[in-house]
Amino acid sequence: MAADAAKQAEGSRNREVVFETRGLTKTYLMGEVEIHALQGVDLDLYAGELVVMLGASGSGKSTLLNIMGGLDTATSGSVRYRDQDLTHASEKALTLFRRDHVGFVFQFYNLIASLTARENVAIVTEISRDPMPPEEALALVGLKERLDHFPAQLSGGEQQRVAIARAIAKQPAVLLCDEPTGALDSKTGIQVLEALKHINEEMQTTVAIITHNEVIGEMADRVIRLRDGRVEDIHEHERRREPGELRW
Amino acid sequence: MRALNRKLLRDLATLKGQAAAIAMVIASGVMTLMIAVTTLDALTLTQQRFYEDFHFADVFADLTRAPEGVGERLRAIPGVNRVETRVKASVRLEVPGFDEPVRGLLLSIPDGREPLLNQLYLREGRLPDPGRADEVAVSDAFAEAHGLRAGDPVLAIIRGRLTTLRVSGTVLSPEHVYQIAPTDLLPDYRRYGILWMNRRALASAYGMEGAFNNVALSLEAGGSEAEVIAHVDRILARYGGIGAHGRDDQHSHRFLHEELKQLRAQAVILPTIFMLVSAFLLNVVLSRIIRNQREQVAVLKAFGYRNLDIALHYGMLTGLIVALGSALGIGLGLWAGSGLAVIYTEYFRFPELSFRLQAWVILLSVGVAAGAAMLGTLRAVWGAVQLPPAEGMRPEPPARFRKGWLERSALRHWLDQPARIILRNVGRHPLKSSLSVVGIAMSLGLLVMGAYQLNAVDHMIDTQYRQVMRMDLHLTFSDPTPARVQSELRHLPGVLAVETYRAVPVRLLAGHREYRTSVLGMDERPYLRQLLDGQQRPQRLPPEGLLLTDYLAQDLGLRIGDRVRLEVQEGHRQTVTVPLVGVVDEPLGVGAYMWRPAVNRLMREGPAVNGAWLLIDEQREAALFDRLWDLPGVASVGMISESERNIREYMADTILMFALVFVLLATSIAFAVVYNNARIAFAERSRELATLQVLGYSRGEVSWILVGEILLLTLAALPVGWLIGTGFAWALNQAFSVDMFRVPLVLTPGAYGFATAVVLAASVAAVALVVRRLHRLDKVSVLKAVE
Ligand SMILES: Nc1ncnc2c1ncn2[C@@H]1O[C@H](COP(=O)(O)OP(=O)(O)OP(=O)(O)O)[C@@H](O)[C@H]1O
Ligand SMILES: [Mg+2]
Repeated sequence: MAADAAKQAEGSRNREVVFETRGLTKTYLMGEVEIHALQGVDLDLYAGELVVMLGASGSGKSTLLNIMGGLDTATSGSVRYRDQDLTHASEKALTLFRRDHVGFVFQFYNLIASLTARENVAIVTEISRDPMPPEEALALVGLKERLDHFPAQLSGGEQQRVAIARAIAKQPAVLLCDEPTGALDSKTGIQVLEALKHINEEMQTTVAIITHNEVIGEMADRVIRLRDGRVEDIHEHERRREPGELRW
Repeated sequence: MRALNRKLLRDLATLKGQAAAIAMVIASGVMTLMIAVTTLDALTLTQQRFYEDFHFADVFADLTRAPEGVGERLRAIPGVNRVETRVKASVRLEVPGFDEPVRGLLLSIPDGREPLLNQLYLREGRLPDPGRADEVAVSDAFAEAHGLRAGDPVLAIIRGRLTTLRVSGTVLSPEHVYQIAPTDLLPDYRRYGILWMNRRALASAYGMEGAFNNVALSLEAGGSEAEVIAHVDRILARYGGIGAHGRDDQHSHRFLHEELKQLRAQAVILPTIFMLVSAFLLNVVLSRIIRNQREQVAVLKAFGYRNLDIALHYGMLTGLIVALGSALGIGLGLWAGSGLAVIYTEYFRFPELSFRLQAWVILLSVGVAAGAAMLGTLRAVWGAVQLPPAEGMRPEPPARFRKGWLERSALRHWLDQPARIILRNVGRHPLKSSLSVVGIAMSLGLLVMGAYQLNAVDHMIDTQYRQVMRMDLHLTFSDPTPARVQSELRHLPGVLAVETYRAVPVRLLAGHREYRTSVLGMDERPYLRQLLDGQQRPQRLPPEGLLLTDYLAQDLGLRIGDRVRLEVQEGHRQTVTVPLVGVVDEPLGVGAYMWRPAVNRLMREGPAVNGAWLLIDEQREAALFDRLWDLPGVASVGMISESERNIREYMADTILMFALVFVLLATSIAFAVVYNNARIAFAERSRELATLQVLGYSRGEVSWILVGEILLLTLAALPVGWLIGTGFAWALNQAFSVDMFRVPLVLTPGAYGFATAVVLAASVAAVALVVRRLHRLDKVSVLKAVE
């Protein structure tokens, strides 16, 4: 057992670093008041791993994920994606980075209301290099019966699953998910997590999942805890549990 | 189809009401420009072709009598190309079945063939047979007015003898595109006709064998008009020449030219105003529609769509609306433009209207509309793509909250919560609110301008016929007549008052500017034909000096006290210098006025007159006409009511037609703007309103928040709109002054009232539509759809 753990740790250490943040801060200015959403985050994410980020509401999880995904820029510090420096990347470079490497699942779904489920996925696969068909992506999240429904005709959980299908359909190198199961019951939640794990294992996609659900942490290679805009704790798992084994 | 394009079509379908309204604004702008430019182009082109193909002369001269041989000397003048000598005579005509007096102009054409200059376009029948002395070709307008066909008789009093003439055919002439009797302002085809007769027959009727009393000349390429005119005048001086003139002083040409000038002004000012307003509205409305999509822009960006892709996407959305509006505008513009041009041909007699589609007009109008729309779109898209996607996906933060006057003032105590919400909504986005206000105000301004045109023309004609021309009848005599004719006329049946005048053709010169007109010698205090000053008070004529229509004085660059050179074009052809002693404010026509004895002195004659104005008892009109018709010296009898009717008809057909189209367009723009504002307000507030309703506010209270905001903005727009409209009317007015008439800048309360009523009606309609939508709003789905 101990040897195993050592080996795993060794393996982690040897693994290729995908994201590397150093001294990352983000300050929002609200009138006279400064809000320090991130206050110096040093974090590495490795290729092919699945991490879960936990932390109280307002601890800066979404902010960190957005900056890593090139959706937002940091106030100070640096972010790298493999050998690309995102800190000083141009707007154009960030766009290409997102297009070619990143899949997002947003906390608030952000589907396009005037497009059906299938079209919401297609709008992303149409500009991707090596996508899976939108139908296949929707089947993975259990929505192959609802291809032609508009967001307004879907429940919150179903909308969330469309958002996940949209993120995985392009088969991205990294998948950044902001509370993908927040709106789902445990059965559907597990289904979604299985889809994420599937992508992670099949395509060596690096997956980061933000959640408030401690249980989900058990399926991760590592659990990262944020508190007040700082990394409070990183916990490595020797063995990831199957989503199917999780209960909440 | 790509998902992005599907989104485009679905967005368009969702926005259909707003898109249609915007398309209407574009269509209005495009249509205005199309109408104006097409009409103008059709008339200009037709005029050019007619002039060229039928050899319209360049220089014209009247004289008493010259032997035919003089024609050869004229031909020898350097710079002259062709010369056509003619016999010309004024006649009184009688048309069987028409009781009233008719004036006629007889012109000679070479026996049996077309003249070299001012050739005739044969509409029907043939030219007079060279062997027949009694055949005449008549102007088609005159023939049309009386239903004359080839073979029909027309009676003419030629040197006192009633002669029967036969119509050989109907014709058009480039010299008489605008067929108007010498003292008239507008054509009256029933009471004025032009007849062409064989030279030999006409000459023998007037004792002009081997001689001519009128000549037309054309210039060689590069020939100088001024030099030729000077030369002609020198040659004809011995033969009673009264001064040759160029096309500028040729009656028909001058009117046509003036009309085109006025049309050109309309074609520039009105579409410019329309296009500017449309451009502004497009810019504002589209940028707000796009701004409401900022979240979607952020999503597209998050997934790697480039700014260019997104700009193209929304550019296409706008492009489709612009295309729709342009297609509509072009179609309507062509239809209305060609219709209007046809109306103009009623007044300007052309063989056929040359009508063409000008690509540049379409390109220009569509370009302006598209440019404005794209600017608004891209401005908004630019704003949206500039945000980092993470921020764009969150609902737009409300502007920073400040304690405004509302929170501090005592007002808040008696304002209820919805009223406070309304005021905060408006006050917190001052830019948005003021753009809405300006948008509504501009459409209101367009309406004020349209209503101004409709009202002002009426006002102008009223002034002319109630205050200036107070007579019922206008007589002209064929020759100067002793002034005592006044008392003879006074004793005719039904005559209530008589004033006489002496009119003399003159050339006015001031500096290098000149103007041909007649100077009217009138009684010291004319009553039937008033000379009003700037305050609409009647003026009296001083013993010395000249009064001019203010517009003419301005045109000649003259101020009161300046001296004017006055060349009499008749008789001894004296030249004198007189001071300008006053200006006359009159909306129709231009003129020069003097005390009659002063004119008689100028003519070195006794107290003579050649025209009279009569006030009559309508009951005895028929008896009076019988007597007038028999008076030998009377050349024409004009009924003022008739000319008023004519001018009203003319205005209704041309300017008012234009104005009406604009009022309709302005109305639709007002609806479009108000509706769009309301819809945007609805889109921006629907979530908040649904929430309030869920929290227990009643439908009425919630509707009031929306309705109150719309009404508040509309009310704020009213004074601004009145101001803008006044400005538009002023701009239009500046361009509207021509010789023939000057529309005064009178903005009646009615104009403002009408415009305001339209805008308020539009607001009420828009509010009703939006409230209905609000009531149908599915509160749950609005709240569920996370922004
Ligand atoms: N645009 C913004 N302007 C101002 N403050 C912001 C903005 N976005 C986030 N914040 C603040 O930054 C802090 C971190 O926000 P963030 O969204 O990252 O939290 P989170 O950990 O994702 O919380 P949750 O679990 O509730 O989603 C919070 O205090 C939040 O209020
Ligand atoms: Mg969050």
